[in-house]
Amino acid sequence: MTVETFDAIVVGAGMSGNACALTLAKRGLKVLQLERGETAGSKNVQGAILYADMLEQLVPNFREDAPLERHVLEQRLWIMDGTSHVGMHYRSDDFNEEKPNRYTIIRTQFDRWFSRQVQEAGATLLCETTATELIRDPSGRVIGVRTDRGGGVVHADVVVLAEGVNGLLGSRTGLRPIPRPDHVALAVKEMHFLPAETIDARFNLREDEGVVIEAIGTISRGMTGMAFLYTNKESLSVGLGCLVSDYRDGAETPYGLLDAFKKHPSVAPLLAGAEVKEYAAHLIPEGGYRAIPQLCGDGWVVVGDAAQFNNAIHREGSNLAMTTGRLAAEAIFQLKSRRLPPTAANLALYRKMVEESFVMKDMKKYKDMPALLHTHSKNFFLTYPELMSKAAQNFLRVDGVPKREKERATWRSVVRRRSLPGLIGDAVRVARAWR
Amino acid sequence: MTARVEEKLYQNRYVVDVGRPHIRIAPHVEPSPNLLAMTRLCPAGCYSLSDGGQVEVVPDGCFECGTCRVLCEPSGEIEWNYPRGGFGVLFKFG
Ligand SMILES: Cc1cc2nc3c(=O)[nH]c(=O)nc-3n(C[C@H](O)[C@H](O)[C@H](O)COP(=O)(O)OP(=O)(O)OC[C@H]3O[C@@H](n4cnc5c(N)ncnc54)[C@H](O)[C@@H]3O)c2cc1C
Ligand code: SF4
Repeated sequence: MTVETFDAIVVGAGMSGNACALTLAKRGLKVLQLERGETAGSKNVQGAILYADMLEQLVPNFREDAPLERHVLEQRLWIMDGTSHVGMHYRSDDFNEEKPNRYTIIRTQFDRWFSRQVQEAGATLLCETTATELIRDPSGRVIGVRTDRGGGVVHADVVVLAEGVNGLLGSRTGLRPIPRPDHVALAVKEMHFLPAETIDARFNLREDEGVVIEAIGTISRGMTGMAFLYTNKESLSVGLGCLVSDYRDGAETPYGLLDAFKKHPSVAPLLAGAEVKEYAAHLIPEGGYRAIPQLCGDGWVVVGDAAQFNNAIHREGSNLAMTTGRLAAEAIFQLKSRRLPPTAANLALYRKMVEESFVMKDMKKYKDMPALLHTHSKNFFLTYPELMSKAAQNFLRVDGVPKREKERATWRSVVRRRSLPGLIGDAVRVARAWR
Repeated sequence: MTARVEEKLYQNRYVVDVGRPHIRIAPHVEPSPNLLAMTRLCPAGCYSLSDGGQVEVVPDGCFECGTCRVLCEPSGEIEWNYPRGGFGVLFKFG
């Protein structure tokens, strides 16, 4: 058996793995990238919104040929109950800029393009290859991986675990735990196809302009969760995710909830007549700062979803994945060019770089949000949405009842449902966790 | 309202590794609450209850999402692997 040695092995060709392998290859390192899917992207699921800034740092001219769907012109936030929604829309022509800030993408197609950039930069990609085990020397240092290709072993100075939220390698080797049920959300998603003109008309858009809708409320039946609807060129991405622990303790099925969301009177007209061409599911890391595992050790680093880098409040994940992948590559390159071995102590440079970036700062900012939303999920995802709807309706319905009486009635029903100390407590808790 | 998950899976592409299921359930007499929850929670409907009251898995339509792994692997109730490279679900859009 011949054992080939690389500067780095990158496990996974998703957002973080591609960012890492691209950065390493561009700097002239000998990189092997392993991907278990038939092609890069064939196993990946995302909403999906792409944040241009983080990609631009990797591929400055990506707008020329990346498969982008629409740039985001308008953002809607909906708080829903059974038959209504209270919403905020932000639409600005400023987003029709020359270099738009956010785009919708279709992950499978985008990943294939991203992977092509990586290969053109000189990295070797092996698809249909699952890394099954990390190889360690007697001192415990990671020196390579075993794959399911005829028991093949490959060696490298450093292994980058870019294997995503459900990564087996790291947890099998005891480098990090299997995610806890309250640290991951299960998202289900469908692709609904409609002609571009129909989408333009329904969402009040012109060519290439897009809308994203984010929705919370009784649609998650009191569980910590969120639904979304994003416009692509000729399709809509429609999905819904809730914490696995909440699903476990409840009575709902994920596809049942998705179907209920699709049938909601605020959503159904947007989807009418569409042809569904795919149904998919994936986990999303939602444990936040407190769920981040050890980031590096002798001969290894972990990036992206595998390290729980995901900002659930702003639903940013792929940009954190791209950034941590790039930073890991820059740290590895620095060690290499200074001829320092990739020991745990030296690779701590990667952790330092992540800490100085927006990634860890944002993760830290919201460190108390996951626990808060989780322990008070019934208030945030059931009671308040219902109350908001009732208040809005009371306010808007014209029926001869004096306004002051209406306001009093609304306030009474709020206090009855949640009690004054309860309301104040929740407000203080949110303010604290948000700070 | 019943959502039929089989109809949803019909649109998807899979390369099934015949005879090599990537998820196995440990023999049991009474399923644990977590294992039982999978009959409701698996987004692809891979888990079901047998006539004898045990939980069974047929992972042909599996998305490899890992939900059952998160809930049932730590207790040793299931053995969870990725399908061999190239097999399993092949998303067209993702
Ligand atoms: C429904 C949904 C909607 C989302 N929406 C958004 C959004 O709008 N915006 C946003 O920024 N983020 C979003 N995210 C989060 C985003 O998708 C992730 O944060 C991002 O994909 C993480 O990138 P990654 O490279 O860490 O992992 P992944 O993209 O999951 O890549 C991991 C790769 O590793 C491969 N792999 C795993 N194990 C092995 C192995 N042993 N051997 C070989 N290959 C292996 C996998 O096949 C995969 O290609 C969403 C996620 C979901 C599920
Ligand atoms: S991995 Fe996901 S789709 Fe596959 S059997 Fe488990 S829960 Fe179902």
